[in-house]
Amino acid sequence: MMAAFILVCSVVLLLQFFVSYCRSLIAASAKQMLSPEVQDVTGISRAASGDDFARVIQLLRLCPDRPEDRNSIQAIGAYFRLLNFLRSTLARMVPSMHAWTESERGHCAYFAAVALERRIAFSRGMLAQQMEN
Amino acid sequence: MLGPYEYAIWLLCTLLEAGVLVCAFKKNALRRYLLLNVYMSASVVVSVGRFDIVRHYGFTSNEYLYFYYYSDSLLTIALYFALASLYSHIFSELNADRYIRLGTLFLLSATALFSYAVVQQSASKLVTHFVLELSQNLYFVGLVMTYVLWAAILKMRETRTRLIQLVLSMGVYFSLFAANFAVQNLYHSRSSFFEMLTPLFGCFLPFSWCYAFWKLPEEARITPSRLAVVPR
Repeated sequence: MMAAFILVCSVVLLLQFFVSYCRSLIAASAKQMLSPEVQDVTGISRAASGDDFARVIQLLRLCPDRPEDRNSIQAIGAYFRLLNFLRSTLARMVPSMHAWTESERGHCAYFAAVALERRIAFSRGMLAQQMEN
Repeated sequence: MLGPYEYAIWLLCTLLEAGVLVCAFKKNALRRYLLLNVYMSASVVVSVGRFDIVRHYGFTSNEYLYFYYYSDSLLTIALYFALASLYSHIFSELNADRYIRLGTLFLLSATALFSYAVVQQSASKLVTHFVLELSQNLYFVGLVMTYVLWAAILKMRETRTRLIQLVLSMGVYFSLFAANFAVQNLYHSRSSFFEMLTPLFGCFLPFSWCYAFWKLPEEARITPSRLAVVPR
């Protein structure tokens, strides 16, 4: 009985902390403007839509990996899947939750676009170094 | 026996723990978050000690078993004090250090008494059962304390991004472990699977602290109400 109570509390709090932690990762990128080049490539000008996420992730995979952002992208990917799950279950019954999941999915896509921008800059830096050598 | 997976996770976790100390040192956060760094140093030392015991006595030896559970209990207590130090950071302007220290000690004693009450019927290995019970209960107490701290952050509109991320990562870590312990107690037959997850969960905290120390400057600010699950 006690273990079941602890399990339920832990899972509820885990979800709360995980969502807030992911939002704190996303918040840092929300302030960053995308360059016109990345806006063209991703089709994201101001606000991103959740439907852009898969496309931006595919573009990210085309770029050389940056070890610094690999884990945060994975965390946001897990958060995005959680949001998709909520969208297809609970959000169907609660309209306000639907709007919230949509906006969060958009933030995830924007985070991925900012990561893409950094990877492009990273690849350019590497290329420039190789040219110099 | 330990396989390549277990060794790889063990090594990764130890490297990340050492990485936290390096990041904190490089970013001048060693003294500011002293108890967090003390906890990470203790984790590295314990990790090396455990490896040495495995090498000499083997993974299934009593020496390793005892060392593992006793050191784990000490590390949990160290993490509990590290969490209390985050309370001091959040309430620094209220000069509430003395009350935080008293509250921390009171809660630790109460958890120890409760753990003793649970295991006192055990005829054999009373101390070992107590140590194990204390560790598990402290994870749950730590989780509740982190939640209270998070509520305080939202209420007081704390804006320091690094501090907020440290608190949130601790919340994720405590809840992962508390849930894992609870599942192991509920499903004894499948506990080996959940035991395998424990070291993987252990990597989360040093990784997130590395990120917080390395990537986020002390001056970075954030609006905490934007992070709450329920919009405020």
